[in-house]
Formats: sequence, structure tokens, C-alpha cells
Amino acid sequence: MDFYNFKIKEDFHEYSDMIRPEIKQLKIQQYESKNLNSGVFMGILSSSVSISRYTVEKKKTEDQPDSVLEIVRNGLKENAITGIEDDYEEISIGWTPYESPYDPDFEKFSFVFGEYFIFSLRIDKKKIPAKIIQKHTAVEIAKRLKESDREFLSKNEKTDIKDQVIEHLMGRIPSTPDIYEVIWDYEQALLFFFTTQKAANEELETIFFKSFKQKLIRLFPFTLVETSPSFTDSERDLAANLSTIKFSR
Amino acid sequence: MLDISISYDKYKFLGNEFLTWLWYVIETNINISELIDNNTENIIFETGNSIVLENSLGDDSTEKISIKGDDAGLEEGATALKKGAVVTDINLVMKIDENEFQFTIKGESMNITGLKTPSAGKIDKNDNIEGALLEKAYLCNSVFQIIDKLFIVFIKKRISQDWKNSELVKIRNWVKL
Repeated sequence: MDFYNFKIKEDFHEYSDMIRPEIKQLKIQQYESKNLNSGVFMGILSSSVSISRYTVEKKKTEDQPDSVLEIVRNGLKENAITGIEDDYEEISIGWTPYESPYDPDFEKFSFVFGEYFIFSLRIDKKKIPAKIIQKHTAVEIAKRLKESDREFLSKNEKTDIKDQVIEHLMGRIPSTPDIYEVIWDYEQALLFFFTTQKAANEELETIFFKSFKQKLIRLFPFTLVETSPSFTDSERDLAANLSTIKFSR
Repeated sequence: MLDISISYDKYKFLGNEFLTWLWYVIETNINISELIDNNTENIIFETGNSIVLENSLGDDSTEKISIKGDDAGLEEGATALKKGAVVTDINLVMKIDENEFQFTIKGESMNITGLKTPSAGKIDKNDNIEGALLEKAYLCNSVFQIIDKLFIVFIKKRISQDWKNSELVKIRNWVKL
């Protein structure tokens, strides 16, 4: 907070003390928000992007437009990312506004852009390099051998030591955030996810259903045929019965 | 519908066959705008800077051939095709009138990576973000719309009665060259 106070003071020159406290607090919040997010909301707008696609399984009962907005807003708010509360927790997953990846406040930042819902999935994960685990485990094993005056440790003892080392390190290292943007065309029931990483796609599918009670169907050759209105049922059956051919003789 | 992971594995060959067919379409200068009944835009595809082919060797093992680099010749790819390989990934340059896109598409997933769209202009104020996002969404969508239309054309041909006597013969003649 000292840093921000200092910067705020710099921005307002020496007049900051003359500003009403509630206004000053608002300015500090805006400043923090701006600094937390400035320059980071590129993703979709970067020069090169990777995309996997989904169709959103339609619900049987169609929602009214007003309630759609509420459903999406609530889903995002209820499943917004929270900080890793437990020091030993490995992963935290949740939504955050596109314009504000590190301040998941859907009251302050919009998720509606034209006809699309645009927001981000953030995955904070603690990643301990294998070599660090290896080093600390070796040090602990050596220590245990010396203390017990033994030449060997059993496999179980070594595993226990490794688990303790991982738990200890988990409490010490910060998590690394990864941010993946989502463009959801609600009308067309189409969703672009701006990554092709398998693990991120699986997390998206899980949290999307949890948030909006709608299932995502990945679009790949089979599902493209199954979901495209350009095919009749008999054409879909023919496609489903195809098998590989050789293009060479 | 089949289980998603089963259907993904079972039908990934359709995506690879689609990319192989698309390579044939590009190399034999077939008019893509006509192919997808687009009378309003001039759509041109060119092969980009990489192509990956895979040849099933029959004993659960596969041979993978990767050709990369702007100046890399595709002769090795043609040789692999003659041996029975199919395209699994291809980098493409797509031109829609004056707009140029470049991307790599993977057959089994139809995922697109490294998509470069025409410039959406510099964003210097937060106010411009919405406009830039909507333009980018539109540009990304344009790529998928054309790919989807081409995929539909391919599948319609692939399931037609004529496939073996018409399109497949033409592709095999191209592979033989």
C-alpha cells in the first residue's frame, strides 16, 4: 500500500491531503485497478492467437434476454477466481473480467461487448520445478540418515520425505497465473477459447458447466458433422460409417 | 451421440483427410469462392510455412514428416503423400479480398494456432477496446466460417456415391504427379 500511496501522492502532487477521504479512497482504488491491469489485457488482441471452439448445448427452456444477462453475471460472480486461501493449496481456478485479470470484480468491469460475452478464465497454479524438489529431498534424506545413523532409508520413508518437502515448498512459493480469454456468442451458441492447451480446455469445460449449467461441446471433425445444420440425419449416418481411405494407389 | 473422447479418436482421420483434400484443392488451383458458393468475396488459399504429414505403417507405428520454413520446398510432402501419408497439420495463408490471414490448422481437433489476422489498429485508449475486440471476434469468426464451409463441402463429397469414381480419382492423379 505504501507504494500506491506514494504514487498517488506523486500523481496528485502534494494536494492529496486536501482531497476528501472518500474521494481519495476511490482514486486509490481506481489507481490500483489501473496499475494492476494496465498492459495485460492483450490476449485476444495480440498479433497471434490460438483458438479452440465449442458449441454451447442449448437448454430446453429458452431464457429471456434479461434473465440471460443475470444468469451469466451470477455465474461469473459466483465462480470468480479467489486467491489461494490455503498456503498449501496447489491450484485456484475462476473467472475474471477481460479488462481486469488481477481484480476479478464483475461489478466494476463489464463482460458484455456488443453481442458477445467476453471474459477470462484464470488458472493460478503453484509450480515447483522438479530439480528443486529433487535437491530438497536429497538434502532431507541425507539429514535423516545422519540423524538416525543408518546407511539406507526404506522406499516408504523416502516417499514420505518427498511429500513433506513438496508440502513445505508449496507453502513458500507463490502461484503462477495463466489467463485464457473466452468469447461467447450466446445467440449462436458458439464459444471461442483462446488456447488449445488440453488441461486448460478441460478446466474450462468443468467450470463453465458449474457456472452456467450449460454443457460445452468441443468442435472437432465428428462434432462438426453432428452439430452442423448443413447435414441431414442420413448424411450424418453416412459420415459416421466412413472409414479411412488411401490417397495413394 | 458417441462419447466425446471416443468420437474424437475414431473420426480424427476425417480431419486429416480434409486437410489433405484442401492441399489438393490449393495446389490444383480450384476456385475456393465457387466451391463454397461465395459470390461476394474473392477467397484465395496458399500453403504457408509448414506442413506435417503422418503415415500409418500398419503395426500401430506411424512415420511423421515435418516440413518447416518459409523457403522449404514441399517436394518431401509430395513424396510422403505418394507413400500413403495424410496431412495432419498445415500452415495456410488465406486471403479474403484485401484481408490476409495466416494460421496453422490441426486436422484431428480443427484447432487453429498462430492465427494472424489483418491489423485491428492501435489501441491507445480504453474506449477503443470494445471496438477492437468486436473487430477481432469478427475476423476470427471469418476464418472459421470459411473453414467450416470447406469442411462441409469435403464431407458432402466424401459421403457421395461419386467419391470413389470422381474426386478420389482426381486426388490420386494429383498425388501421382
